[in-house]
Amino acid sequence: MVDVVLEVDGSRILDGISLAMAGDGISVIVGESGSGKSTLLRLCNRLEVPTSGVVRFRGVDIAALDPLELRRDVGMVFQRPTLFPGTVRDNLRVAAPDAGDERLRAALADVGLAASFLDRVGDELSGGEAQRACLARTLVTEPDVLLMDEVTSSLDPRAARLLEDLTVDLAQRGVAVLWVSHDLEQATRLGDDPVVLMAGRLASAEERAAFLDPSTGCDL
Amino acid sequence: MSEGDVAWVELAASLVLVAVAVALSAWRRLGLERTMVWASTRAAAQLLLVGSALTLAIDPDQPIVWSWVWVVGMVIFAAITIRRRAPEVPRLFPVALVAISAAAAVSLGVVFGLGIFPIEGRTVIPVAGMMIGNAMKDAVVAARRVVGELSDKRHEVEARLALGQPWQVASRPYLRSALRTALTSQIETTKSVGLVFLPGAMTGLILAGVDPVDAVLVQLALMYLILGSVATVVTVVGVGLTRRLFTTDHRLVRLPRSTS
Repeated sequence: MVDVVLEVDGSRILDGISLAMAGDGISVIVGESGSGKSTLLRLCNRLEVPTSGVVRFRGVDIAALDPLELRRDVGMVFQRPTLFPGTVRDNLRVAAPDAGDERLRAALADVGLAASFLDRVGDELSGGEAQRACLARTLVTEPDVLLMDEVTSSLDPRAARLLEDLTVDLAQRGVAVLWVSHDLEQATRLGDDPVVLMAGRLASAEERAAFLDPSTGCDL
Repeated sequence: MSEGDVAWVELAASLVLVAVAVALSAWRRLGLERTMVWASTRAAAQLLLVGSALTLAIDPDQPIVWSWVWVVGMVIFAAITIRRRAPEVPRLFPVALVAISAAAAVSLGVVFGLGIFPIEGRTVIPVAGMMIGNAMKDAVVAARRVVGELSDKRHEVEARLALGQPWQVASRPYLRSALRTALTSQIETTKSVGLVFLPGAMTGLILAGVDPVDAVLVQLALMYLILGSVATVVTVVGVGLTRRLFTTDHRLVRLPRSTS
């Protein structure tokens, strides 16, 4: 991502962001609410396009790529668990219409859900189960990169930790993860070197150090 | 003058009903007296003006082209009205214009092509007016519902797009829901006709002394025409508007919050 600016209705949401994401492991972006974290993530699978600047995937400007293929390579799980009407099987088939039950069961196993969940209706699931089903739905497309947009913010601590562990496991199996969070503890737990975003721009070295220092008592 | 005719004296007598409405408003202190008088006066002026123009347009001695010019005017005015009634819907005017034009072309083509009514000024303008008038209100409902569905369910739509679905597929459940809502009113009207209310054209013909069965046949033809044209307009508005709410690279544009 090089010198990316995004403006909406004259308001600058992202201001000259330049950063590179590792091709493996978990990269973490942390910042306060409204700092532009989710918008930055949405640029990576072209749900948003920059006003200026370039976003590249494997060295190619994503504006030159087929957006539908890009989105299958760069999967995304959203903050709010959003299951479509119907069963979990119906949901997974939205992502992979031709997938057999074996492939669907494997996707559920990847997120720690039993095969019996295939026949469960989305409304019956807990928040944590629904978010894991959403993750399974994204994994069915076999993405190389996973964008995780504050995926634990609506979950209880136990469900949140479970999802973190699953993500670490996926990263160890070769899926590159870009994890966005406003939770400083979680950010430092998942990534060694989190990127700090402040009011739509990258924090300076001093701002970043102060932000990540627990002794400053920064309350998010 | 036949029994069904209303002359100036009878029209003046009907103003008694406006007086009753004004009196009720004054009695209950609703403050609507001036508005009622203005609305009644304006309606009279508009309809008398239209009636005079219609006299010229449907005169059998005048070329039929004037009737078609009138229809074109109605189509344009309907599209402007649809846009005005749903100001929160972006990019609506051209879609509404295409939808009303398509419905007019299809329904009038069927009605006159199959000889259901003869092509004369006295049939072209009223039939087109009935079709366009009914389609207009449902077009507004369709436009508002499409925007409402896509705005309210934006998180679902974007979850579908993020899975690699093209906009045509990602928008389908929400477009379907909007079209069903917009069409339900006309379908219910068609189902209940005769049981709950007698429609305007049939009532007018009966008042004018036409045999009730003949009046029913005319009314049925018109109802089918209206149903077909409403379905055409609602579908074209729904599909056309949805197309304009997504970018070519399959992103949902920013939408106003749902007002419905």
